[in-house]
Order: sequence, then C-alpha cells, then structure tokens
Amino acid sequence: MELFDSIILILDATLRNATPLIFAALAGMFSERSGIVNIALEGKILISAFAGASAAYYTGSPWMGLLAGIMASVVFAQLHAFATVTHNGDHVVSGLAINILAAGLTAAVGNYWFSQGGNTPNLVSRAEELNARFEPIVFPFAEALSDVPIIGGIYSELLSGHYILVYLAFLAVPLCWFVLFRTRFGLRLRATGENPQAVDTAGISVTQVRYLALLVCGVLAGFAGVYLAVALTAQFSPNMSAGKGYMALAALIFGKWRPKTTMLACLLFGALLAIADRSQGAVILGFEVPVQLVEALPYILTVVLLGGFIGRAIAPKAIGKPYVKERA
Amino acid sequence: MSQQRIPAWITVGVIPLANVAMSALAAALVFWYLNINPLDALQAMVYGAFGSSYGWGYTLYYMTSYIFTGLAVAVVFQAGMFNIGGEGQAYIGALGVGLVCLGLGGHVPFIVLLPISIIAAFVFGGLWALIPAWLQAKRGSHIVITTIMFNFIAASLMNYLLINFMKPAGTMSVESAVFDPSSWIPKMHEVLALIGISIDRSPLNLSMFWALFVAFAVWFFLWRTRWGYEVRAMGSNASGAQYGGISIPGTVIMIMIIGGGLAGFMALNVVQGEAHQIKLNLVNQMGFTGIAVALMGRNHPVGIVIASLLFGFLTQGGSELQFEYSVDARIVVVLQGLVILFSGALQNMMKHPIERLYLRLSSNRRKTSEEFAAEA
Repeated sequence: MELFDSIILILDATLRNATPLIFAALAGMFSERSGIVNIALEGKILISAFAGASAAYYTGSPWMGLLAGIMASVVFAQLHAFATVTHNGDHVVSGLAINILAAGLTAAVGNYWFSQGGNTPNLVSRAEELNARFEPIVFPFAEALSDVPIIGGIYSELLSGHYILVYLAFLAVPLCWFVLFRTRFGLRLRATGENPQAVDTAGISVTQVRYLALLVCGVLAGFAGVYLAVALTAQFSPNMSAGKGYMALAALIFGKWRPKTTMLACLLFGALLAIADRSQGAVILGFEVPVQLVEALPYILTVVLLGGFIGRAIAPKAIGKPYVKERA
Repeated sequence: MSQQRIPAWITVGVIPLANVAMSALAAALVFWYLNINPLDALQAMVYGAFGSSYGWGYTLYYMTSYIFTGLAVAVVFQAGMFNIGGEGQAYIGALGVGLVCLGLGGHVPFIVLLPISIIAAFVFGGLWALIPAWLQAKRGSHIVITTIMFNFIAASLMNYLLINFMKPAGTMSVESAVFDPSSWIPKMHEVLALIGISIDRSPLNLSMFWALFVAFAVWFFLWRTRWGYEVRAMGSNASGAQYGGISIPGTVIMIMIIGGGLAGFMALNVVQGEAHQIKLNLVNQMGFTGIAVALMGRNHPVGIVIASLLFGFLTQGGSELQFEYSVDARIVVVLQGLVILFSGALQNMMKHPIERLYLRLSSNRRKTSEEFAAEA
C-alpha cells in the first residue's frame, strides 16, 4: 500500500511537472511546424510568468494574470516573427536575443516595480486580503472517496485537485492536433514548414502563416508561464523558468513534432523531474542512480534520439531557413 | 538588387555602428522608464568601467573571458555551423583546469603546471564538443540542439562531481577545495607591482595575454593554414568544398574540437586566474554572451577582441549602475539582450535602408559629375 501511495504521489507530481512542458512544447510545435526554430520558448515562458504574476497581484484576479501573461508572451512572439520573418534574421540568434532580453527585463523591471530583488510579492497574502492564485479544482465526491482503497488514490489524489490549467493542458493536446492536422490553417502551416515555395505558389502568404503560427505559439507559451507563476508557485522569481523552455523543446523533438507523442514525452520528462525531486537518487538493480543523472536524462534521451539510435526524429524540412521570395 | 558594390566601410563600419546605436536607443528607453537619466547612466558606466585602474581591471578581466567564448563561437561559425555549447564546454574545461591544479598544485613548479592546465582546458572543452560534433558529422543530428542539450548535461555532471567527489568534507557550499597558491595564474596588479607600477587590486590576470595570443593564433589558423582554408571553404559552400576534396565530417569534428577547446580556455581566466576553485555555475552565461561577441565581431578575431572590450565595458559598467542607482544588477543582461537583438536578430533591419541610401547618394553624385562633364 505504501508503494501504491508513493507511486500515486509521483504520478501526481508528474502531471504538475508536465503541464508547463506540454503548453510550451505545443507552442514550439506551431512555430517549428511552420519552419521557425524556436529556442525562444524559455524567454516567452519567463516574460509571461512575470506579466502574469504582476497583473494578478495588481488586479487580485488570476484570470487577469492569465490574460496579461498571454499578451506579454504574444508581444515577444511577434517580435520573434518580426526578426525571423520580416527581416530574415537568424532563428537561433533571434531566439537567444528573446531569452536573454526576457531574463534581464523581468528582473530589472520587477525590481523597479516591487523592490523585492526581482520577485513579485506573494499572490496569497492574508495581511493584504489577497488571493490571486488559481484554486485547485476538487472533483465531486473526491472528499468522500478519498478513503476508498485504490479508487480513492486514483480519483481523489491523482485526478482531482489540480489547477484548471493542468486540465486545460491535456485538453489542448487534442485541440492542437485538430488545428494542425484537420483544418485548412493547419495544413497551410505544415506546408509552410515543409515547402514554403509551394505555399507561395498557391497564392498563400508565407509571411502571414508564420506570423499567425507565432501568435498561437505566444498564446500557448503564455499559459505555460502563467501556470508557473500564478498556479504552481504564487509568485514570480527571476529565472523561474529554469530551463523548462529548453526541456519543452527537447520534448517536442523527442515527440517527433507530433502532438500525442510530444505529450507522452512531456509526461516522461515530468516523471523524471518528479523522481529527481523526491529522492536523493534511486536504487535500480542494486546500483545507486545519482539524482543528477535523473535530471539530465531528458537531455540525454533527446541526444540519443537525435543520433538516430532510437527511431529517427525528422524535423520539418524548411526549418530554420528564411523564406526569400524570388525577385521578378 | 543593383550592379553597384557596397564598399567595405559601409558593411564593417557604418552598419554595425548603426546597429549598436539602435540598441543604445532602446537601452535609453529602458533607462528612462526605470527613472534613470540615460546620459547619466552612460556616464556612470563609462566611469565605472574606465575611470580607474580598478574599473579597467574588471573590464579587461571580463574581456578576457569573452574573447575565449567569442572565438569558440566564431571558429565554428566560419565553418557555417552554430556552436551554442560554449556554456557547457567552458564548464567542462574548468573541470580539466581544476583537476590539474588540485592534482599537481604544490607538487610541480608553476612553469610546468601552466602548460599542462592550458592543455587540460583545451582537451576537456574540446572533448565535450566532440560528441555533438560526431553526431552532426556522422548521424546528421542538428548541432544547435545537441549543444544546447550538452549544456544541461554538463551542468548536471558538474553538479554531481562537485557534490560527490570534489567538495571537501565538512563544507556546506558546493565548490571544490581552493587550489594551492603556487598554481594560481598571477594577477596583473601583483606582476606590475614587481616592476614598480602600482594599480588597484582586480581579478585581471595574465590570462589576458594568452587570450590576445589565442586570438592571433585563430586568425593565423583560419587565414594562413590549409585547415583554416578548408573550414572557410566549408562555411561558404559545403557541397563545393566536398567536391573540391575536403572531408566535411572531418572538418566538422576538427573545428568543433577547436571551438570547444577555446571555450575551455575561459576556465584559465575564471578558475585558475581568479576563483582558484571550481564553483557551481562558474560560467554564468558567459558562453551565451560569446555568441553576441562573435556576432558583433563578425566572426573575425580582430572584431572579437573589440566586441569583447565592448561587452567587458557593458558588464563592468552595468554592475556599477547597481551601486549608483540601486537598479537591479541584471540590467546588464537587458543591455546584452538588446545588443544581440539589434546586432544579430535584426541586423538586416538597418542594413537594407543604409545600403539603399548609399546607392542613391552615390548615383546622385555620379549624375552631377556627369552633368558637369556635359556642361564642360
């Protein structure tokens, strides 16, 4: 029973850890499927976490935080589009610029606004009568069922009691699949990532498709950042994204740029994070596995996959290449 | 676009300056928003970075690190690839330097130890770049992604080694033992004191001369040797180079090892010259800043030395702002981000208008001189 309980706890933490990864990886999917390399997820998560926490603090509403977070992330995503699409800037350099700018701006402006070393004030404060954090959603009868063996663990502990954004993340996966693979916009977006010349010849503006793709990317990355600052912790602190954007990119590649497999990769990475958080290293077959190895596993697995040792990850064909119209 | 050529002074002079001016303008807006007079801020930065031998010491100390990480990006860029693994390569290079100093420090004279630690920095950094290089050369995995992943793997590995093997028993902070003083690279103020010149204490150490020498060596390698030629040939046209008999996988692996090794040299400055122990996160984003340095320096060693001085100024001058205006120290990061944005990501934004302007002005001038000729 104890084993069951600790498995439930790890799975519970897996869902929590996987949520920002899923949002960010889906954000990356829209961008990369349209042909824009996205190493800027980190910066978009960070800026939306900051904007989200600040707005939630000032308005007292987590939903206003979500709105502000999404808007900030969209602004950065459109800046990304302005650099990579309008001015044919290098995708990697643009991404880095956004990440570094976000890291600096959030800390400097945060310190100026709140004078707390770059942190925002806590979003839950009895003294200020403030509760601007998302509330967990408790499923019906979760209380009553919590003592029932097995079912109680699964229903009350694992499935119930998460923030609404957790459930939204898992809803977003089929939704994004539908948009990418069953709508005209999705088809155009994927075609732009594979063969922009053909899209252009068909009379569709590559520029417009890529701007739209980055708009969706900004919205989804906004959810990831707001989840970190307004749900998971009730505060923004500098560099709180802590590499989640890069891990989401790894999950996107590990999931071969497809929604379902990317979600599974996010869950796998989330589970690894949960294990690393819980233990000082796990013992497997008498070997002590250091906790740092568990932490590094998402990256190691992605490298192994990229090396073509476990299946093959094939990126969209036109990824990273600016599209320049032939001049007449 | 036009038959006319754009002269070099526009490409390497006016356009980079215009890009820097744009970032300065954007930075001024940020300062203005933070309630700091931009001109006062600039003055405080210049004074902080160049107003005293103390300021100069820090500026040149940072410059030294940026030369190494900038060159690490630039040599690989000359082959047409992106090495954003400088962060991890420098960290592992620090492991090499640390092992040599911890193992040999106090047992062999400095003059014997220094070449060994230089080689160790290069070999460790280079080997960390080898796996991504091999994966790119033989298996076609994209080097940008693999080097990013290797930065994180390096961080975890160093964390593991520091906690389990290198941390002296009984200490709380995660760092190695302090090296034997005989293995330290001499500080500039100590050396100058020997010949009677007195300057303020600063982290600046003799690695600076090594950095300048390495910059020269990189220039010599790229423009005066056969391997350098092969690297540049691959960078300008990979299939053409292959047709000419250059081995692409071999060149990829060679230049990545060199790039990783150059990043590893940063540890000489930061670890053997200043900290004298391996600390957690000692690279502190300087590997990433190397990308900005390489961009601004147009991947040429001379440009990189100049750009490193600029970034040294930004880093040191920016940290002075913290004391002057109680602004967050990470304002430096904003400045760096703006430079990367305008000099890198948006470099074409200024390029096209300036080129067009030049073409219009020069064709006007020709027209007037033709009219003169017709009248005469």
